[in-house]
Amino acid sequence: MTDLERHSYDVVVIGAGGAGLRAAIEAREQGKRTAIICKSLFGKAHTVMAEGGIAASMGNVNSKDSWQVHFRDTMRGGKFLNHWRMAELHAKEAPQRVWELETWGALFDRTPDGRISQRNFGGHEYPRLAHVGDRTGLELIRTLQQKIVSLQQEDEREFGDPEAQLRVFAECTITEILKDDGGVAGAFGYWRESGRFIAFDAPAVILATGGIGKSFKVTSNSWEYTGDGHALALRAGGSLVNMEFIQFHPTGMVWPPSVKGILVTESVRGDGGVLKNAGGQRFMFDYVPDVFRDKYAHDEAEGDRWYTDPDNNRRPPELLPRDEVARAINSEVKAGRGSPHGGVFLDVASRLPAETIRKKLPSMYHQFKELAGVDITAEPMEVGPTCHYVMGGVEVEPDTGAAVGVPGLFAAGEVAGGMHGSNRLGGNSLSDLLVFGRRAGLGASTYVEGLDGARPAVAGADIDRAAAAALAPFNGDGAENPYTVHTELQMTMNDLVGIIRRSEEMQDALEKLDELAVRAAAVTVEGHRQFNPGWHLALDLDNMLLVSRCVARAALLREESRGGHTREDYPLMSSEWRQVNLICRASADDISVARQPLPSMPDELLQLFERDELNKYMTDDELTVLPKGDA
Amino acid sequence: MGYTAKFRVWRGTDEGGALNDYDVDVNEGEVVLDVIHRLQATQAPDLAVRWNCKAGKCGSCSAEINGRPRLLCMTRMNTFDKSETVTVTPLRAFPVIRDLVTNVSFNYQKAREVPSFTPPPGLKPGDYRMQQIDVERSQEFRKCIECFLCQDTCHVIRDHEENKPVFAGPRFFIRVAELDMHPLDTLERKHSAQEEFGLGYCNITKCCTEVCPEGIHITDNAIIPMKERVVDAKYDPAFGLFRVLRARSKSTKTMTEQADRAWALLRAVEDGEVAYAMVEDDVAEAMGQAKAVASTGTVLARLEALDHFEAGRLDEAAAEAQASLNWHRSAQERSDAWVTLARVYDAQERPTATVEAVENARRFWPDNPRLRHFDGDGARP
Ligand SMILES: Cc1cc2nc3c(=O)[nH]c(=O)nc-3n(C[C@H](O)[C@H](O)[C@H](O)COP(=O)(O)OP(=O)(O)OC[C@H]3O[C@@H](n4cnc5c(N)ncnc54)[C@H](O)[C@@H]3O)c2cc1C
Ligand code: SF4
Ligand code: SF4
Ligand code: FES
Repeated sequence: MTDLERHSYDVVVIGAGGAGLRAAIEAREQGKRTAIICKSLFGKAHTVMAEGGIAASMGNVNSKDSWQVHFRDTMRGGKFLNHWRMAELHAKEAPQRVWELETWGALFDRTPDGRISQRNFGGHEYPRLAHVGDRTGLELIRTLQQKIVSLQQEDEREFGDPEAQLRVFAECTITEILKDDGGVAGAFGYWRESGRFIAFDAPAVILATGGIGKSFKVTSNSWEYTGDGHALALRAGGSLVNMEFIQFHPTGMVWPPSVKGILVTESVRGDGGVLKNAGGQRFMFDYVPDVFRDKYAHDEAEGDRWYTDPDNNRRPPELLPRDEVARAINSEVKAGRGSPHGGVFLDVASRLPAETIRKKLPSMYHQFKELAGVDITAEPMEVGPTCHYVMGGVEVEPDTGAAVGVPGLFAAGEVAGGMHGSNRLGGNSLSDLLVFGRRAGLGASTYVEGLDGARPAVAGADIDRAAAAALAPFNGDGAENPYTVHTELQMTMNDLVGIIRRSEEMQDALEKLDELAVRAAAVTVEGHRQFNPGWHLALDLDNMLLVSRCVARAALLREESRGGHTREDYPLMSSEWRQVNLICRASADDISVARQPLPSMPDELLQLFERDELNKYMTDDELTVLPKGDA
Repeated sequence: MGYTAKFRVWRGTDEGGALNDYDVDVNEGEVVLDVIHRLQATQAPDLAVRWNCKAGKCGSCSAEINGRPRLLCMTRMNTFDKSETVTVTPLRAFPVIRDLVTNVSFNYQKAREVPSFTPPPGLKPGDYRMQQIDVERSQEFRKCIECFLCQDTCHVIRDHEENKPVFAGPRFFIRVAELDMHPLDTLERKHSAQEEFGLGYCNITKCCTEVCPEGIHITDNAIIPMKERVVDAKYDPAFGLFRVLRARSKSTKTMTEQADRAWALLRAVEDGEVAYAMVEDDVAEAMGQAKAVASTGTVLARLEALDHFEAGRLDEAAAEAQASLNWHRSAQERSDAWVTLARVYDAQERPTATVEAVENARRFWPDNPRLRHFDGDGARP
């Protein structure tokens, strides 16, 4: 092929968000020549949008916090469907990962004694989120970006070339993982700027591509979130776990229409904001589920006292895990108690002085002022659920991030599955990125060392095939416009596989997805290959469709309601289903979904919980190691 | 509510292009980026534009709207008259790739030239201690979303390609300032700002501050304090101040302690409890130690102002008080700076200026105990 650019690396990282950058730093520090590839400019990945904070049990604000408590909260939040080992590693290693950021220049907000300040967030028992105002993701990504620059400066001093050991390929999209004899051999993609093709020879590839939200109409996610990594893993022979679990964040903007879905950070509630319906009632008190009944305040007075005296009061129900709050808002709106634009009211204006609001929530203040013409220090916001995060992802080995079934393939961050179970707690993603990004970088390096120099080879025919597939949209008959197909996909997922699910609707969705797949194959793009967004979308569409099919198929199968999966026809949680993971795989032209038993938690971790609590989730057989509770 | 707007969008490549006219629908509440997306979906499927967050957080969607550097996603359509033609062009300071997308690699190169954060050797992860007040200055600069609008607007490089090799631009002045003011950074940086990053080319037009979507006070809080402190035999035409460079080993703890000690002594002098000569040496020593670790001179400006005043150096006192005010620090510090200014003006027998300064001092901090040196309307009691 004439216009093909080729590179050779030890480790290729796809994705430059928190997970990808942390993985690349680790691989480079392990002495591996490392490439980072991303669709946007360096420093613009989705992580930049994270607001509230990063969860780590440093115990700076409440010294009772510990990794055990964090582990417990994470499992509770995920309704015990989390991979226990991931939740354990995450809780244990998060503090080190946060402190490490400080050594690279991060400047978190401080406690009065000069340590990293931590804030309250839904589902976290103690103040646990390290933060910088409400722009924590920016701090995280900038710090990692600057750490990478500092490594490049070292390389420049040593090799005379800053990119000798670590190079960023920005605005470059990977469309295919290349393989040799079952294992990874490299990756194929195109430069967005020129449309030229590029191939990487590499024995190890780390997927850190983030989520899938762009398959839904109302979402807090950006155009990058087209599920590329999920699809790449499937096509390479990997498997996806927990795809039925999608987090709808309870508070997205609902007005004006063009910003519908944009996130309103949970810190608004963590710092004192409350939810009210059209009648001015704090309705969350009516929606505390039994499993959480004794952990949350029973009336407003107690909830309000908790902000200043958390030891003697229980937290307000506005801070329940996200799935609970999102469903409650949904019900209020359906019952006709919503706000004028179909949301509910989030009121911080009547709760905090204007100066404090501007100080603690500067970017929310800015966002509403600029985009909606609303002054949040004077009037309530209108908010409603928005598709925010996918719990499901590539099935990996917890310790190394190795993708199950594909030697040489690794995954970390939002694209990996298992860590968050059926529902992720706020702040647990940023820490997940760092903990498992590092582990994947280490895992990939160890894997490459284990090959003893035997490098896999990319077959020329595979490159030709990948190139032909990428060019296909230019050769259509003009029947379909990618933007139209995308819009219909978003409507389908939003309306039929959204926050509340029904069997018939999901069946309809699957039919519609089949139809859209046929139409997507007929998509034709105009113009040339140079920075052509129509072409880019046409290629992303295939990924979105494949991943959406996994979501819908798994959601149809799971006959219970849990975390980010709510079935109107199966409204309860089931202890039997808790023992099951749904695993998606792809064959040449279809996907399959299989049941797989959940790995069982070792006794010493089980013993961190009260038996009474576990009874709500688990069967008696699973709990034989624990003494029977007194109840 | 909806209407049809006239848009004029630059289309082309590095080889040239032209403004194209479009009529396009606009709905209530939309921003310019929504309209560009509608153009893509309906009339110009290959129109190239960068964007990500659509919420002013990532700094991808920078372009020029009616000639002004702006974020497309944060420019609401209702800021234009319905009959107005909205012209969207790519950033002018950087080479065009296609349509609204420019090659901003210049900025990534410059980023690599700034020496990285360098903490004290041996300080272990988890042992970092910094006060909120000391990190806030750098935090302001870390709000930067790297939209590069400030770079685009700065006249030093906007139409002067030849200056690019020697001028890093406002984005990187705040980066240097951020590191310089980081309580635990150990590198000396002000020198390099002038020498390597071309701070001397900046003549403080403040255009960068005006376009910054994050509202960072690029000039007042980064450029001016750095220029102020740059000590060099070279003359900076915009800021003809020379200072003695002090060796530093930064630690905020000692800085705050020593500064507090010096302040307490000077306040005792001010209140007539002790003569200046009695404490002069102690004050000098405490201030010397504080300065040795201060990240910028302006941190101590309030203190220096009072010291100069008590020592009878009125002009110096006024200059330092002014520097302290430029700093937008806490209301109390500003109030203190105004009191010192008032005392200087009073000593210079400028009653109108004195009254005004007292008023300002009172506005920032009505209970400032130092105000008792003046009665209600600013005259001496
Ligand atoms: C508005 C918002 C606020 C949030 N707030 C918080 C919070 O406060 N706390 C928290 O813990 N979590 C938060 N989250 C969630 C969290 O930000 C994300 O889950 C996390 O940032 C994902 O990081 P990542 O490293 O996995 O991927 P990302 O940061 O999304 O990066 C993905 C990278 O992969 C690249 N990529 C994707 N596909 C390809 C391809 N085909 N080829 C090449 N490159 C590709 C992209 O260009 C990008 O660089 C928030 C999310 C949103 C949307
Ligand atoms: S103030 Fe200086 S850096 Fe900013 S735009 Fe003007 S000349 Fe450029
Ligand atoms: S300083 Fe402001 S204008 Fe300049 S790049 Fe940063 S955010 Fe943009
Ligand atoms: S799209 Fe992110 S700043 Fe405009």
